[in-house]
Amino acid sequence: MYLSSPKSQTQYDVIVVGSGAGGGMAAYQLAVAGLKVLVLEAGRRYDPVTETPMFNLPRQAPLRGAGTRDKPFGFYDATVDGGWNVPGEPYTTAPGSEFMWWRSRMTGGRTNHWGRISLRMGPYDFKPKTRDGLGADWPLTYDDLAPYYDRTEMLIGVYGGDDDLENTPRSSPGVLMPAPAARATELLTKKACDPLGIPVIPAHLAIMSKRQDHLTLPKKIHPDNRLAQRVLAQSMLQRQACFWATPCGNGCSIRANFQSTTVLLPPALATGNCDIVSDAMVREVMVDAAGRATGVRYINKLTRTDHEVRARVVVLAASACETARILLNSKSTSFPNGVSNSSGLVGKYLMDTVGAGLGAQIPALENCPPHNQDGASGMHMYMPWWLYKEQIGGQLGFARGYHVEFGGGRGMPGPGIFGGLENYTNGAYGRRFKEEARRYYGSFMYFDGRGEMIPNEDCYCELDPDVTDQWGIPVLRFHWKWSDHETRQAAHMVKTFAQVVDAMGGKVNGEVQTDGSKVIARGGQIIHEVGTCRMGTEASKSVLNEYCQSWDVKNLFVTDGAPFVSNADKNPTLSILALAWRTCDHIIDQLGKRSIG
Amino acid sequence: MSDEPRTADATGSDDSLDAKGRSRRRALQVLAVAAVAPALPSAGAAEPSAPTAGLEPGEEQAIAGGPRGTATDPDLLRPKFTWTNRLSAAELVTLAALCDMIIPADGKSPSASAVGVPAYINHWVSAPYDGNQRELIRVRGGLAWLNTESRKRFGKTFARATTGERTQVCDDICFLPRAKEEHKAAARFFDRVRDLTAEGFYTTDAGMKDLGYIGNMALPKFDGPPPAVLKHLGLA
Repeated sequence: MYLSSPKSQTQYDVIVVGSGAGGGMAAYQLAVAGLKVLVLEAGRRYDPVTETPMFNLPRQAPLRGAGTRDKPFGFYDATVDGGWNVPGEPYTTAPGSEFMWWRSRMTGGRTNHWGRISLRMGPYDFKPKTRDGLGADWPLTYDDLAPYYDRTEMLIGVYGGDDDLENTPRSSPGVLMPAPAARATELLTKKACDPLGIPVIPAHLAIMSKRQDHLTLPKKIHPDNRLAQRVLAQSMLQRQACFWATPCGNGCSIRANFQSTTVLLPPALATGNCDIVSDAMVREVMVDAAGRATGVRYINKLTRTDHEVRARVVVLAASACETARILLNSKSTSFPNGVSNSSGLVGKYLMDTVGAGLGAQIPALENCPPHNQDGASGMHMYMPWWLYKEQIGGQLGFARGYHVEFGGGRGMPGPGIFGGLENYTNGAYGRRFKEEARRYYGSFMYFDGRGEMIPNEDCYCELDPDVTDQWGIPVLRFHWKWSDHETRQAAHMVKTFAQVVDAMGGKVNGEVQTDGSKVIARGGQIIHEVGTCRMGTEASKSVLNEYCQSWDVKNLFVTDGAPFVSNADKNPTLSILALAWRTCDHIIDQLGKRSIG
Repeated sequence: MSDEPRTADATGSDDSLDAKGRSRRRALQVLAVAAVAPALPSAGAAEPSAPTAGLEPGEEQAIAGGPRGTATDPDLLRPKFTWTNRLSAAELVTLAALCDMIIPADGKSPSASAVGVPAYINHWVSAPYDGNQRELIRVRGGLAWLNTESRKRFGKTFARATTGERTQVCDDICFLPRAKEEHKAAARFFDRVRDLTAEGFYTTDAGMKDLGYIGNMALPKFDGPPPAVLKHLGLA
């Protein structure tokens, strides 16, 4: 249940720090396994079912719902006390570095507003160094994680296709829900891409195109666990299928998409084994003389008082950067550089996704007959990376791939609509402006590349020696530098999009920039930070073992994006969820054997 | 330090909602949802609530949850328009005349001022964000320029000038790349007001209808584009 402070009479088995993808999954898996779980969330209790005005229009919001410094992705975006700036909780960047850190302070964390894009990492993605000599290999293979991908997709509800392309795995039969029909813009793009050899296939998104079968799925997902089957069936009955309207990023009051607050936390709470304390900002992990984690210290933000809470196991899932911050701040005489940092690698090898985009006007889409293209709000089709052979053959000048997210067309008119239209109309105003608006509405599209970054020595976070937040906790200072692999990849993205636009008979908005360093998004801007506590096979070269268990502190685990060894072009949330599940199985196994805790 | 606002602040809003249109749309949405949504079972719907006796001030809030009503955590169901509008009545008269030069009434939809666009632009330039405050200066300066220019040319304010006279002025400032050097600043002003007028107008019911936007309604399934669209795109 939701509490204002932990039950003093309860000895918790596990403390989970954070309630987003990794924390929500850990809370759910550990609670259905019968463990007593305490979730500490740095933000407020949030419920998309009661707080989301699904059909409200831009004009009902201040500034037509446009983004501001207070609500950077718009008034309705499901982000509380966050975005690029969290009030009273700054971060800094080192001279010469640019880095942007998106946070939210709410139960469910960033799963409330994420893009729901749920692409599996493929076999190459786990062994990138073996394949091309760069970066590092994961201590596990695709085959190790594949069963967890299947079960995660069944648990959260994912639509997608059945394509089986190179390093773009298909799910097991019956796991995915049917992908929605392609939109006009997507069909037109596919027609142009087919002759270019660029695949355009159904995207995988964590959105339910039909209701889950609450009678059979819980038994498949949790064989031999009656409690899990019961709470999961209840949870599935409360979830509706997508009704093909309204943006997922605003949160979903009918629970049709995946957010931790509607999919993982409710069944975790329904076990009776899980308590959630919100407004609880964790400062550090406590460790005893034997080097075992005993619990955490946190600040109750509402009363501004500090507290300690103890448990047999500590799971950090505060987000890649916040988890590193907690570990680095957990200093003691035994751990002068922070807990679990004997390798000195906590905070290192921070990665984001490479992003670059292009807008275009497509004459074929002008004067299109009115029709409803809202759909799932996210993409129905996408382009997976397709140049594996050229890349490994050294023909591209950059080592890793990207996928393409694209869209546009006849979306709901909102802030910024027709900005720049004067360039197509030579400055039309008056009756002619209205005619031009009718003609051009729905004819604009965008193409965004999302590519793999290779971890490097210049991208990391550390504690700022001079700055603390309003809770007195030292803040992170970010260091960032893209390598040529990323900037060349960004240039390739833009060049490719221009080719696609050309094949569609369209016109690129503005000029096609060939210098990748000028089109690449800033570090952190794609909001896919991972790394900082990499897994590995040796304690000297990694922070965690293959079960995301600390080499140094055996009852300390990490289930967010921090353990990632590489950052494939596939959006990280699905892999965070699957990896967290696998880690939880290990925790349960180890607790059962009394190996830890 | 990254704790400073970096994002360029965009755009604005109006206070003139078409209450009739909205309630009709909502009614249709409710019907549509009711049609596709199976009855919700009640089992497990309520989470057990915690005892609240003996809590310190503010702690009930932690358990109850819900928006705290700050700028970074507003109540999304009951939006508040918190700031005071800055443009004067006289400025709004000039602005309305300009908005209606950009979007006049025609056979398909009303004019910009008829659906409250000047009030929206006032709301927008009055917002407390850096970008909006810069726009307030630009818009005010541009409105003053319009009247000065109009008096020089026609001996009357822009709002009192005839449509033909206003057109002479607008033609000089409607496209920045072609504007004369002495009109560049006014052209930038015009460009911004045109964007804001379009944004204000096409986000109203009348504007969305004019464009033929169809959506924001619950559907039992998504069918993809109808045959007429496929034909239009050469995909049939």
